[in-house]
Amino acid sequence: MGKAAFRVSVEGSDKVITCLADETLLKAMARQGISNIPVGCRNGGCGVCKIRVTKGEYETGKMSIKHVTQVERDDGYALACKAFPKSDLTVTVKNEE
Amino acid sequence: MALNGVLRPGFVQVRVLDMAEAIVHYRDRIGLTLVSTESDGRVYMKAYDEFDRHSIVLRECDEAGLDLMAFKVCSEASLDDFATKLAAGGYEVTTVAAGEQPGVGRRISFMAPTGHRFDLYAEIELSDNGPMTNNPDVSQLDPQGMKAIRFDHCLLYGGDIDGTKKVFEEILGFSISEMVVDDDTGMIIALFLTCSNKAHDLALVRHEEDGKLHHVSFLVEDWSSIGAAADIITRYDVSRDIGPTRHGITRGMTIYFFDPSGNRNEVFAGGYHYYPDNPLRVWKASSVGKAIFYYERELNDRFMTVVT
Repeated sequence: MGKAAFRVSVEGSDKVITCLADETLLKAMARQGISNIPVGCRNGGCGVCKIRVTKGEYETGKMSIKHVTQVERDDGYALACKAFPKSDLTVTVKNEE
Repeated sequence: MALNGVLRPGFVQVRVLDMAEAIVHYRDRIGLTLVSTESDGRVYMKAYDEFDRHSIVLRECDEAGLDLMAFKVCSEASLDDFATKLAAGGYEVTTVAAGEQPGVGRRISFMAPTGHRFDLYAEIELSDNGPMTNNPDVSQLDPQGMKAIRFDHCLLYGGDIDGTKKVFEEILGFSISEMVVDDDTGMIIALFLTCSNKAHDLALVRHEEDGKLHHVSFLVEDWSSIGAAADIITRYDVSRDIGPTRHGITRGMTIYFFDPSGNRNEVFAGGYHYYPDNPLRVWKASSVGKAIFYYERELNDRFMTVVT
């Protein structure tokens, strides 16, 4: 039995990220040599890899409230470095810069 | 030069998203000693070669970044003198009562123009397991992890670095060892300040947002220690920024990485000694790649823009 793998589409990019069940979206992206989401601290502090999930299920680890407010969290915003896909996803990059 | 007034960076208080993960990082990876966990949740740590009780304070919070950086000054009289001068310079100076952090005496506190809180203090308890003083071995406790010798300096990002330069230079007695300036306008882009014999005790970079932390830096022994730190970073899947490499500015050998909350850390070795009669070293922005990363000779975007 292999680990569940989910496919993550990033709007505006034709590269699809394959993400293992226990893997963050950003780590999966980097592992596959893809760079359609900006990489910052990779640990939920800097906000560079901010995305909005427009389709699919996911869970998140701890993220700096400064970069993803509670209202935004309820609205699908997350940091890709702290997002664990639980189904296939469609996401949009929301880099604050 | 007899070292007076501000002696050195004393401690930083850093916000972390998850205390358990932060303790593993700072204790087991960087190699600090856990001094105490207090009832308000703050965790106090020190490096093995520091005499004072603590140098790193971790506070769990839902936002990463820097609460404050504190400098140790030579005496209570000096502390009073700085309070007077800061107030005369138009800074609002508040007093933090002795014991707000365990073992630390009275502090004075002010906000710098870049939006960073700086504290000064003269008194702190000595550690029970600091460097030995009687027929001293090189260490009392066996150095762990990256074998950080001491908390060394911070690089902070903010808007009015000219303003923070002014308070550190004119009131706190720091010198400028190096700076990066715009080729055409001469505007200061980055600034390296020292209160000692070190090439820097504090660095500042101009940035659109105030109060930001770029990195907290720890001294390690030598170039091979940087390699050993790199091995630990990969072995334990620590988020690496850049390095091992070397800086043109300060000439320090370095590697940068992130703590589990995204606060950047550095371990570095070497660099020159600074004396207050040294001429200012100036880099033009057009050569900033070599100034920051001497081997790569170019900046990476992440190093310049990612802060907490």
